[in-house]
Amino acid sequence: MAKKEKKKKHNRRHFIDRSLRISIGLGLAGLGSFLIKKSISKEYVWQLDPEKCIQCGRCATSCVLTPSAVKCFHVYDMCGYCDLCGGYFRPETKKLTTAAENQLCPTSAIVRKFVEEPFFEYDIVEELCNGCGKCVKGCGAFGNGSLQLQVNHRLCVNCNECAIARDCPADAYQRVPMDDPYTFSGYRNKENKS
Amino acid sequence: MKRKLAIVFLLIIISLQIYNAFAIQRFPKPEFESGHTQPPTITPDPRSNALAILDVFVLVAALSIVSWLVVKKRSRKGVFWMSIFAVLYFGFFREGCVCSVGSLQNITLALFNPEYSIPITVIAFFILPIIYTLFFGRTFCAGVCPLGTLQDIFALRPMPIKSWLEKVLGIIPFIYLGLAVLYAATSTDFVICRYDPFIGFFRLDASFMMFMIGGIFLLIGVFIARPYCRFLCPYGALLNLVSRFSKKHITITPAECIQCRLCEDSCPFGAIDKPVLLKEKEERPIAVRRFVMLSIIIPLLILVGGFTGAQFHENLASVNSKVRLANELLNNTNYGETEQEAFEITAFNAAGQSKEELYNEAASIIRQFYYGGWILGGFIGLVFGLTLVSLSVFKYREDYTPNKGTCLSCARCVDYCPVLPENKVIIQK
Repeated sequence: MAKKEKKKKHNRRHFIDRSLRISIGLGLAGLGSFLIKKSISKEYVWQLDPEKCIQCGRCATSCVLTPSAVKCFHVYDMCGYCDLCGGYFRPETKKLTTAAENQLCPTSAIVRKFVEEPFFEYDIVEELCNGCGKCVKGCGAFGNGSLQLQVNHRLCVNCNECAIARDCPADAYQRVPMDDPYTFSGYRNKENKS
Repeated sequence: MKRKLAIVFLLIIISLQIYNAFAIQRFPKPEFESGHTQPPTITPDPRSNALAILDVFVLVAALSIVSWLVVKKRSRKGVFWMSIFAVLYFGFFREGCVCSVGSLQNITLALFNPEYSIPITVIAFFILPIIYTLFFGRTFCAGVCPLGTLQDIFALRPMPIKSWLEKVLGIIPFIYLGLAVLYAATSTDFVICRYDPFIGFFRLDASFMMFMIGGIFLLIGVFIARPYCRFLCPYGALLNLVSRFSKKHITITPAECIQCRLCEDSCPFGAIDKPVLLKEKEERPIAVRRFVMLSIIIPLLILVGGFTGAQFHENLASVNSKVRLANELLNNTNYGETEQEAFEITAFNAAGQSKEELYNEAASIIRQFYYGGWILGGFIGLVFGLTLVSLSVFKYREDYTPNKGTCLSCARCVDYCPVLPENKVIIQK
């Protein structure tokens, strides 16, 4: 008698377990199919929108990597090749030489090369750049804005939530599809014509 | 006529845009006489999509192997080597993201935020371990999760802790889960990722604070095995619930338990339930009275919890960056900075959104937090209530069995059992 009762109890437990298992399974399937509908097959990566960026300098410090995965990128096509470059020289510079005290970049990551009179070309040394955005600010204020901050995807570890995005005051960080991972900004007036 | 209108319109747009200091063509593109050509802008490629798909395959393979090792092969050694592999592959090689633990926030964000579309690999990382848990118990925790396996390797001198303390601390993961879902649903923050103590080790790069916290967790983990998994991990809380109804689960003995008590203290996680003998069974009136009491207490706890949660909704919402910005603007506090305008306020002014719009947006976020606070509080109340039930309800048990909820399927206890599959006993020499 006692044995039978025990067996019955056992069966009830199994029944409850099985029905809950099936309902959890169905719930998962429902959740999965709902999510698949709004999913994309591509991965997402983090990128910052240079048009929203205010060059506050937090990209250099907030990244989980040291030095930051955010680097200055040079869009050569927009560059005016100026002798007096707002991104290279400090505002109060008197002599346009490559002396360290004249350079805006705290890590001397910009190389100035003479091309022909009166043009100079500026290259960014990625290994030295820390993403502070000082040159970006200078170039945007006095020049064409060809220096732009971007997340370098060879370095970025693509955190689930970007630590810089959390700290960015301008809300400039967003997830972008990985097949178009750079969001350089063109000229404003050029953009409006197209 | 149309053309003229278009030109006028264009001029207006251009004149509006000039006020924005960024990217204006002040200097024309140079025409080089020396034939110099501009170098192209470098754009390094991100980690390829194929690798992300490979990760999913490795996840499936690892889950299958660990489940087989735990349920069928009953091999602690195998599980140990799989955990080394998980630390190396999912930890150091893949450097963490996206992990299953954090993916639950992506899932929540995808459910609540219509603008966010979620990658399929993230869905896989969320759902696959749950499916495996539904069939084989928490084998994901045993040898696939890099956070868990890292701590498992450090569990060198595990000590038992009092069962009441274990129960009380076991509530924390559910609270953490509720908070993480609330913050992800309101697109505020991914708290689990932010306070992940071990990702810094995998990347060999983190702030001093996070290294310290991770180090402290590992140090505690030497004596109290897997502290993060048992008393914090929100994904573990989900798996705990699912695992209770798993089809198969690791058993301590391969055949019939002989009550030898050798396994009694073998579990470093205190997840072995001891037998409760039939003669201790309580009488019916007591059980009925307790049932009535509990059915009053639990709804009460949910209500009280919900009410309390709703009271704190403004505190909870103050973490949200938009709410914070609105607060700072409203009170003119400038983020506590005195020397210059705070970057947030500069950026807000540059973006050209009106204050009213921001305030409305912040108010709607705070309203979301009000409802979220009710739900979160109610959920915490429910968890308290159910913990009370599990502490007070009597369950008849004949043998030593792993607790299907809290057992991490690490298969340590298996080696302690002297019973062989054919019901024979190993006699130690």
